[in-house]
Amino acid sequence: MTSTNIRRSPARFSIPKLTYRVWKVWHRNFDVFMKTIKVNFLPSLLEPILYLLAFGYGLGGFIQNIGGQPYINFIAPALVAIAVMNGAFFECTFGSFVRMYYQKTFDAIVATPVSVEEVVAGELLWGATRATINATIVLIVIAVFRLITSPLFLLVPLIAFFGGLMFASIAMCFTALAPDIDFFNYPSFLFVTPMLFLSGTFFPLTSLPSAAQATAMAVLPLTHIVNIARGVVAGHTEAILGLNPQMLLPISIAWIVLVTIFFFIVSINLMKKRLTG
Amino acid sequence: MGSQEVLIEAQQLTKKFDDFTAVDHIDFKVYKGECVGFLGPNGAGKTTTVRMMYCFLPPTSGELTLAGLSVNKQCREIKSIVGVAPQEENLDPDFTVTKNLTVYARYFDIPKDEALKRANEQLKFFQLEEKREVPIAALSTGMKRRLIFARALLNQPQILLLDEPTTGLDPQARHLAWDEVRNLKKQQVTIILTTHYMDEAAVLCDRILIMDRGKIIEEGKPAELVRKHIGEEVLEVDYDEKLLPTLKEAFPDARFERLGDRMQIFTDKPHGVFEGFLKEHSMQNVTIRTANLEDVFLKLTGRGLREE
Ligand SMILES: Nc1ncnc2c1ncn2[C@@H]1O[C@H](COP(=O)(O)OP(=O)(O)O)[C@@H](O)[C@H]1O
Ligand SMILES: [Mg+2]
Repeated sequence: MTSTNIRRSPARFSIPKLTYRVWKVWHRNFDVFMKTIKVNFLPSLLEPILYLLAFGYGLGGFIQNIGGQPYINFIAPALVAIAVMNGAFFECTFGSFVRMYYQKTFDAIVATPVSVEEVVAGELLWGATRATINATIVLIVIAVFRLITSPLFLLVPLIAFFGGLMFASIAMCFTALAPDIDFFNYPSFLFVTPMLFLSGTFFPLTSLPSAAQATAMAVLPLTHIVNIARGVVAGHTEAILGLNPQMLLPISIAWIVLVTIFFFIVSINLMKKRLTG
Repeated sequence: MGSQEVLIEAQQLTKKFDDFTAVDHIDFKVYKGECVGFLGPNGAGKTTTVRMMYCFLPPTSGELTLAGLSVNKQCREIKSIVGVAPQEENLDPDFTVTKNLTVYARYFDIPKDEALKRANEQLKFFQLEEKREVPIAALSTGMKRRLIFARALLNQPQILLLDEPTTGLDPQARHLAWDEVRNLKKQQVTIILTTHYMDEAAVLCDRILIMDRGKIIEEGKPAELVRKHIGEEVLEVDYDEKLLPTLKEAFPDARFERLGDRMQIFTDKPHGVFEGFLKEHSMQNVTIRTANLEDVFLKLTGRGLREE
């Protein structure tokens, strides 16, 4: 073998190559989750109940029907969507950052046949799983409150998984760029919290000017999860920008698919760059 | 001792972090079954070199192969035959001792029963059996290092990378680790070891590479390096200006070095030359000792402290 001295170009942007080993990373997080399941379960159960009591029954008593349904029925699907967002976002910001930065868990795993890309993809799938678990708990709560009016609700776990994968992928980009854990205050307050209120969650988007409706559709991922959740839980959607459900739902699904693919690939590349220099 | 089959080979291997060159065009070969020690002051580039060996860091340039596999293309294959005990503690704090090992084994596709069997064997050898169900946070530093060593053996590696495996261990645990290294050598496992303990390197390593500022500045068998650079014996005495001319006259070929209020005289004459001299001259706080690897290390890398 002759001595070569070719300067390799820095790791280029690429479509990640993934194998079944992704699930081993997922499995590690699942094992930790099962160990602490009681602590994990309670907040996800209590939060939607509090929302329903405070907003649905408390505040709802002062509010007229929205689109012919009581206020509490209006917000119930939104609570499912919010659980998707929070579950995935916090898992892949704070959760992943702690594992990467403080616990050096990723460093340990990449010394085995699992690759960096697979570690990050495993984290993303786990974030999506957390979103699914949280959304399912909320679904059970709203079922108990008799707020499900469409048989399509059975699709919620599927929607939660893909919606969760979208938020996990976006969150992982922040994790790749975070210099320290306090950094996550920015995306929390500038991205997650505004979305919580401005995505057709607690008041109809259609009560805003169409420019605002278009903006929410264009840049707020939660809007699309709310749309779909409303479609499958309540059986109808808001007429955002005058669109009927047959138009709105395909748009929201396509939006989520494209954004998920984009951020899934980008986040894995950014993390790879951060972890291997 | 090693065979003639080259198992690890680096050619002009280089790692840069931005403009800083941490590993600077190094060449080395490691033969099958050899234990090779990487010595060097802090920041010499030992850990960076080790990290390139298990694909943790990609080289900036040059070639590096393990068992004929290139770190640029065949990481998965390399990592399945390499065991790594990193310098930095990275046990999984979310799990108990046993679960740390079984989860790690799962990354290697080792079936569950087999993983548990190997985990128990390792815990027994490293005397961690009583700590099986204990969380990582409840382990002492020494126990953590032993567990990291144990974890590195789960995949029954052909090549073992030990980055400061004994730092922070008490003498008992250090000897336990040495025993394990010797066992593994008997099984023809090829071992790369970095350490700051020269006695450890001298005892365990067939060959030593001394690194400084990203380069390999010397290599050889421990005893040969001592003979080549230092000689046989060292006389250590309190520094005394009046005595110096007499000493220099008695030992014209010796190397003199002053360290604060002490003085070292190195000779490559056979053992016993200093005794005769001492009978005729009275000196304060005299020690005569055999030259060792630490003398070589300090001669080659200097006495200045390396801050990290
Ligand atoms: N990820 C990194 N980024 C920037 N500099 C680094 C990085 N890792 C190591 N270095 C630098 O490279 C040099 C060699 O480090 P290292 O290989 O850890 O040395 P050793 O293990 O011999 O003490 C040091 O100066 C260290 O600060
Ligand atoms: Mg080091």
